[in-house]
Amino acid sequence: MPPIAAAIGLIVGWQLIITVFGVPQFIAPSPLDVINVFGERGDILWLNFWPTFMEAVAGFVVGNTIAVLLAIWFVHSSLAERAFYPIAVFINTIPIIAVAPILVLLLGNGFAPKIVIAALICFFPTLVNMVRGLKSISPQMLELMRVLSANQREVLFKVRLQSSLPYLFAALKIASTTCVIGAIVGEWIGSNFGLGALIIEATYNFRSPLLYATVILGAGLAVTFFTLTTLAERWLLKWRPSAAI
Amino acid sequence: MAVAEATAGASAPAGSTQDVAISVRNASVVFGEDDDQVVALSDVSVDFADGGLVTILGPSGCGKSTLLRLVADLVPAAEGEVSVFGHTPEEARRRRDFAFVFQDATLLPWRSAIDNVRLPLQVGGGGKIEQHASPEELLALVGLKGREQALPHELSGGMRQRVSIARALVCRPKILLMDEPFGALDEITRDKLNEELLRIWQETGTTILFVTHSIPEAAFLGEKTLVLSAHPGRVLAYVDVDLPHERALSIRDSLEFVTITAMLRDLLEKAS
Repeated sequence: MPPIAAAIGLIVGWQLIITVFGVPQFIAPSPLDVINVFGERGDILWLNFWPTFMEAVAGFVVGNTIAVLLAIWFVHSSLAERAFYPIAVFINTIPIIAVAPILVLLLGNGFAPKIVIAALICFFPTLVNMVRGLKSISPQMLELMRVLSANQREVLFKVRLQSSLPYLFAALKIASTTCVIGAIVGEWIGSNFGLGALIIEATYNFRSPLLYATVILGAGLAVTFFTLTTLAERWLLKWRPSAAI
Repeated sequence: MAVAEATAGASAPAGSTQDVAISVRNASVVFGEDDDQVVALSDVSVDFADGGLVTILGPSGCGKSTLLRLVADLVPAAEGEVSVFGHTPEEARRRRDFAFVFQDATLLPWRSAIDNVRLPLQVGGGGKIEQHASPEELLALVGLKGREQALPHELSGGMRQRVSIARALVCRPKILLMDEPFGALDEITRDKLNEELLRIWQETGTTILFVTHSIPEAAFLGEKTLVLSAHPGRVLAYVDVDLPHERALSIRDSLEFVTITAMLRDLLEKAS
């Protein structure tokens, strides 16, 4: 209850400041202006919402899948880990905003560069966490599996993957919000669809209420992904002693 | 206890004329690379009789765990030979001749007690074992009837260790290798599990090697006690524990028991 009350209080305060000081709409719109946009320009918002949604989901799936598969490879081959981990770290150090134009040049102006950017931004935290998670099993558990003559595949499927889930979900929760950022950043570069493109357009034309509404929609998308990830985590990690987060 | 007594009586004579289950000949184990090598075991020769319960006692660093791991094919011998019922440790491992109980229960936290007991039947070719024990009956044997579906974190430390003992017994191993299995438990739980281990030993006839650093535990459980010395690990003494086969905890107050623990303590002082 307190957070809801606080949020309502802040929005009311925002409305009061705009009204009392007579702030022009193009500098900062009032909450009522923003809500109106959802009614009046709902069609434009929806039209641009779906591409961003698709890119974020595709990027999330692609980036995390590659990260998980790579982590599994690293855990089974220290040679692969030594060879490719530094490259993964290097890729992570390049600012995503700097890579975006390169990818647009490479992949054109369609969905592909946005998905790749969203995937890139998800990739690294998941790789790091998944490698740690897969290695998190105790030496005794490995010895037990050896006494049982279990092969690598059995150790992976019976022990490592479940042990890595808490680590994986820590990364997926980060990725669930950053994939939206990735998609939006991708749409900033010369795109003519998506929430990112709408943000650029609204800014250039001083359509502040539309800009705010777009940002809120993007945030809503990220919060939804985050909530879904958290629910999946609770369901899959029911066996944990402190299932309540 | 009448049933247990009868079984004990029947198997007691076996204590004198049994076959050799495990034979260790001139075995050495070395850890580390060229320059900073540590000799964990040096020229150890010892036989463990089939059906016996031998406790392995020694100061820390004496290689008592290493000896167990050598038998379990978890560490290789630098020199010497180990034979488990005439097989190499690796063959014996693949045949599931032995099972290992660690100090930590080492349960999979997402599996219920019964599913943890089933694990050995699901990996490493365990599915082909036809003569395995019933997981339900084993949980009853270790006193966990009714807790089959409990997750490890819902069980106490002692109960978790009982699950791990049941898991070790599911393939009906000929040998049970136990590495300080009750070392992390409180004394009351430990006493109770000691008694139950004796009962399980008598009911199943499994050969047990039990590593401990507790003198009373070594004396209470063992038919024989192997005392190792440290740096490097060598056999210091292999003594018969001259106590009745059927033991209750109260035996620890007897003169015979105290004499044995005093002797073991004396040996250990020489060992370190």
